[in-house]
Amino acid sequence: MSYSHELIAPSPPPKALLVSWNRASIVGTILMGVWILGGILLVTFLFDAWDIDKIRLYGPKYISGLGVTLSLVAISISIGAALSLPIAYGRMSKNRVISWLAYGYVYFFRGTPLIAQLFLIYYGFGTFRPQLEAIGLWGVFRDAWNCALFAFTLNTAAYQAEILRGAVESVPKGQHEGAAALGLSKFQTFRKIILPQAMIVALRPYGNEIILMIKGSAIVAIVTVFDLMGETRRAFSRTFDFQTYVWAAIFYLAIVELLRNVWAVLEDRLTRHLKR
Amino acid sequence: MGLTETLAGLTGPILAALDPFCGPAGIFRWLAGGTLMACGDDGWGDEVGAGFLVTLTLAVATLPVGLMLGFFIALAKQSEAATLRLAANIYTTIFRGLPELLTIFMIYFGLQIGIRQLVAALGFETSFEINTFFAGMIALALVFSAYASEVLTSAFKAIPKGQYEAGNALGLRGGKTMRFIILPQLVRIALPGLGNLWMILIKDTALISVIGLGDILRQTGIAARVTKEAFMFYGLACLMFLALAIVSSWGFSWLEQRSRRSEAAR
Repeated sequence: MSYSHELIAPSPPPKALLVSWNRASIVGTILMGVWILGGILLVTFLFDAWDIDKIRLYGPKYISGLGVTLSLVAISISIGAALSLPIAYGRMSKNRVISWLAYGYVYFFRGTPLIAQLFLIYYGFGTFRPQLEAIGLWGVFRDAWNCALFAFTLNTAAYQAEILRGAVESVPKGQHEGAAALGLSKFQTFRKIILPQAMIVALRPYGNEIILMIKGSAIVAIVTVFDLMGETRRAFSRTFDFQTYVWAAIFYLAIVELLRNVWAVLEDRLTRHLKR
Repeated sequence: MGLTETLAGLTGPILAALDPFCGPAGIFRWLAGGTLMACGDDGWGDEVGAGFLVTLTLAVATLPVGLMLGFFIALAKQSEAATLRLAANIYTTIFRGLPELLTIFMIYFGLQIGIRQLVAALGFETSFEINTFFAGMIALALVFSAYASEVLTSAFKAIPKGQYEAGNALGLRGGKTMRFIILPQLVRIALPGLGNLWMILIKDTALISVIGLGDILRQTGIAARVTKEAFMFYGLACLMFLALAIVSSWGFSWLEQRSRRSEAAR
């Protein structure tokens, strides 16, 4: 019996692919160069434009403006969330009249620009001043902040109702049937079976809605609310210094990115039982 | 002002006949005669109608620019070159993170200041003012393209790799594979998302009124200030945007059905 005494020498590993310069990497490098150059120019611009007096004067105003923006968004999102429950319920209702009313509400607020809604409430309600005075609400609607809060709440309620409806409808029918078979009441089913599953689905759209509201809230600056954008506009109109806008951009980007990342961590944590 | 006026001059006669507000079959002409919404010098019908046209023109002019830009950014996002991906991701992070209003102000004032400084550096003196339509178009296209690139990227991901390989096996070049095999499928998958973006674009055009473009919101705003009928005119503005949204949603559902006509037969 013969057998080979020599083993075949193992073949060498394949040659490492040379990092060659193809079109994509050239374009990519150029574009990254543009971004880096832009970043350097921005930093030197801010460095040149650095003026301690301006920072002392406008810095605290920006912070207070940021507070106004965040509180406006936080309040309108929470009231809107409460308001979205009956609207979403109406949307899913089998009663034609109720579902059409809810649909009309949602369609109006999602189909028109937020800025037009804000103008309709802030300027438009002035038309009804005598009537509003008669019921004692004129004081409320004379204030730009209240009008903005009112408009944003109605707007976000429409969007949140759609998020909620989509999420609830995404829960399979078998879950309802299972709960019914266990003898749970409708309310118990909704609270303990449907809502927890729907909320997981709704998590991401809710995060997007908050980000959209933070960005959308910049328009209150036009109706004289001094939020972050309002303070920026005021600072720009006094100094004609472009850095006012650059700082606002940095602030907004920081909040949005922070929120986005916090939301990603939150979502990761809340859906960890679904991962395989 | 050049661009808007040229466009208006070119399309004027045709649009005058089709004008849904003050044309031969316009709603204001027939329903609002003698009221504040009448056409001509007695009412605001024609002014508001002109604003409607500006809004529509702005949205329609922004769409192709934003789509093209978004398409290339989506391509960059799935490139093998890490630098290209990073560059594209920085772009979307910035323009999706900034409020649209801030983007508009930054483009409008930033371009103006930048160009003035450039001209001053060359030794000339100008009081250059950027066209609001143009500035608005750039700002909206930047925002639109950032969102569109996300929609298109996820649509690209839905197309199996085998489609590219099949194109390759048939001997098609990269560009032809893209045009004849990938794009037709991409459009089908991306249409609902792009439809949403179009609705958002229409609503975002209202923000350009802030830098002084005579769109729906600005024209109705002027009418509201003059006539003191703010609720009526801003309500009219809302209804006009609503009409645009309704017509767009019809258009998109027609397009979606059309794009799926090969599947419907089965």
